[in-house]
Amino acid sequence: MLKTLRQIAIIGIATEPPPKPDDGLSVREALQERIRTLLGRALCIRHVDAGSCNGCELEIHALNNPFYNLEGLGIRFVASPRHADLLLVTGPVSKHMEAALLRTYEATPAPKLVVALGDCGCTGGVFGESYASRGRVSNVIPVDVAVPGCPPTPTRILQGILTALGHSSGRKAPNPPSAHAGGTELLPG
Amino acid sequence: MPLSAWSARSQWQPGAPGLRSLTVTAGEWRAVMEDVRAAGGRLVALWASREDRLDTVRAAALAGTQGLIVSLPLEGLGESYAGLEDLFPAATRMQRAVRDLSGVSCTDPDARPWLRHAAWPESYRPLVDTSLPPNVAAPLDRYQFIRVEGVGVHEIAVGPVHAGTIEPGHFRLSVVGEKLLKLEERLGYVHKGIEQRFTQLPILEAHALAARISGDSAVAYSWAYAQALEGMAGTEVPTRAAWLRALCLELERLANHLGDLGALGNDAGFAFGLTQFLRLKELLLRATQSSLGVRYLMDAIVPGGTSCDVDAIGSGRLGECVRGLARETAALRVIYEEHNGLRDRFSGAGTVTPELAARLGLTGLAGRASGQAFDLRSDMPCAPYTELPLVKCSRREGDVAARVAVRFDEVQESCRLIEEILTRLPPGPHLGPVDLPPVGMVGAGLIEGWRGPVFVALEAGEAGTIRRCHPHDPSWQNWPVLEHAVIDNIVPDFPLINKSFNLSYSGHDL
Repeated sequence: MLKTLRQIAIIGIATEPPPKPDDGLSVREALQERIRTLLGRALCIRHVDAGSCNGCELEIHALNNPFYNLEGLGIRFVASPRHADLLLVTGPVSKHMEAALLRTYEATPAPKLVVALGDCGCTGGVFGESYASRGRVSNVIPVDVAVPGCPPTPTRILQGILTALGHSSGRKAPNPPSAHAGGTELLPG
Repeated sequence: MPLSAWSARSQWQPGAPGLRSLTVTAGEWRAVMEDVRAAGGRLVALWASREDRLDTVRAAALAGTQGLIVSLPLEGLGESYAGLEDLFPAATRMQRAVRDLSGVSCTDPDARPWLRHAAWPESYRPLVDTSLPPNVAAPLDRYQFIRVEGVGVHEIAVGPVHAGTIEPGHFRLSVVGEKLLKLEERLGYVHKGIEQRFTQLPILEAHALAARISGDSAVAYSWAYAQALEGMAGTEVPTRAAWLRALCLELERLANHLGDLGALGNDAGFAFGLTQFLRLKELLLRATQSSLGVRYLMDAIVPGGTSCDVDAIGSGRLGECVRGLARETAALRVIYEEHNGLRDRFSGAGTVTPELAARLGLTGLAGRASGQAFDLRSDMPCAPYTELPLVKCSRREGDVAARVAVRFDEVQESCRLIEEILTRLPPGPHLGPVDLPPVGMVGAGLIEGWRGPVFVALEAGEAGTIRRCHPHDPSWQNWPVLEHAVIDNIVPDFPLINKSFNLSYSGHDL
């Protein structure tokens, strides 16, 4: 136990400050503000691997490391689509995952945001369309934002999520914060 | 007949060192595989390819420091071949996949489809037919799971969409109370037609697809692909390129092991471990970015060498990073080993005894944790491992704790190798020219990835095309063993045991 505490003390806090303004977009602050305005609570994400090579998953995992500290921004991954505001979909959609992806989408309450992740999610990537692949995610479900990259970096993924939140204010009416202050699922908007 | 007699009849196989190829008749097919088994050999892969309207079934096997690729040309259309599941239990699913993709069946009894769900009908053979399959009306099929019956037995169905950020697959758990009686896996959900896709790409460019068969093993796959291609084309890779490839392979091993060690701590309720190891992994990815230009080495290995190089400054940064990682991992290992909660969860969970591991053909990292001390980097080394002596890491307990311990050992060994590679990196170019291989030739690549041996068989087509490419992930061998490892464990330990193997879905489903 002492060694554990000592290690914690030595490492300190690894979380990085937000990128400088000249980085274009100050991702962390802008994101946090947007989530607060729109949802009034944590943004809940359900990840769906619809046929990925597992490369994108490696960078999604990295979002949870102490440098990016996703939960510190008020974003968390949830186990069920019924608890999710946003679906983060990777891969070309394999035909064998098409039904599962559609059912997951149907189970997600409003605002039902969808971010397609990686070159494969955006275009079908190197796998394309075939007897076994439906290609890009938007061939199967509506997509709000597509984030290219193979795999996209954690910062790019964060920017994609931010952009999707920007879309949601225009396209889909969010629920008032009071309706879900208890942290339960969103009602269909 | 001893294996050496078959070897005497065999020919040199282009590609990875130590491989021979042998063409047999239907009568000899079982005999040679029985002799491989008798010599303590292991089945690596089984696939079918087609030339001039006739099918050839091929099997790759390893025995000691030698590899043998056995080809059985089938004489008539629709002819079946003798199944191998009694000799090599891992063959079952490979044989079912051969039927799904190439339409060639065998004599073994399990005729259920494996990689084919409902996306294409049984009459369509993706690797043979050039047309598109007819439309299928039903989006879902009815797979025949094996039912366990008895008082109080019930089933838990999990997936394909899992609760965490992992790949999709279906697990059918038959349980009594909290005790696991049986696990049956159903995979194939991320089958995206990789083998057919290969035949549509130029042979000199398809390494990009090879790197995306299983993204966490991108270096191993693209190296195995390059090895097969360069072997056929007679390409001598620049010395520096070979060393850079080994650098990339060890960086990939290190990144995956660090991630797994964190995730294993987390699955046993020790969130501290996840945070610490994810921090170390991020440090490694950033050092990789600053010295090689990318966080993940998806396109680092190309035919003829590597696309990236490391300069003196980058080399210094990388060396400093791995020295730090080795030191910090050693400190974290003490914390893991002294933690009573972790010890309690890791020890004795998901045990695969060395006897069972040998019988079922458990391979790679998981195999080394169950007394199967095989590692291609020292058993059948290619350059530069021929000049890089390696300490093979192995345990005999075969439980989660052993798979954790092997990872800890291999982290230290990879850190040491990376430092040594950086010190001894020879000067010169990192990329050379590659010619087109002769039409019809078969090349084979074999690389010890972080998970185990990654195999690629490549057949050259006309005018720089690919006639056939069969990539094989070690997960094919290890998924069936996971079904044995969980028997008599409790349901809450299943995610932990599964994580301790950390098998690839994409690499398996193709």
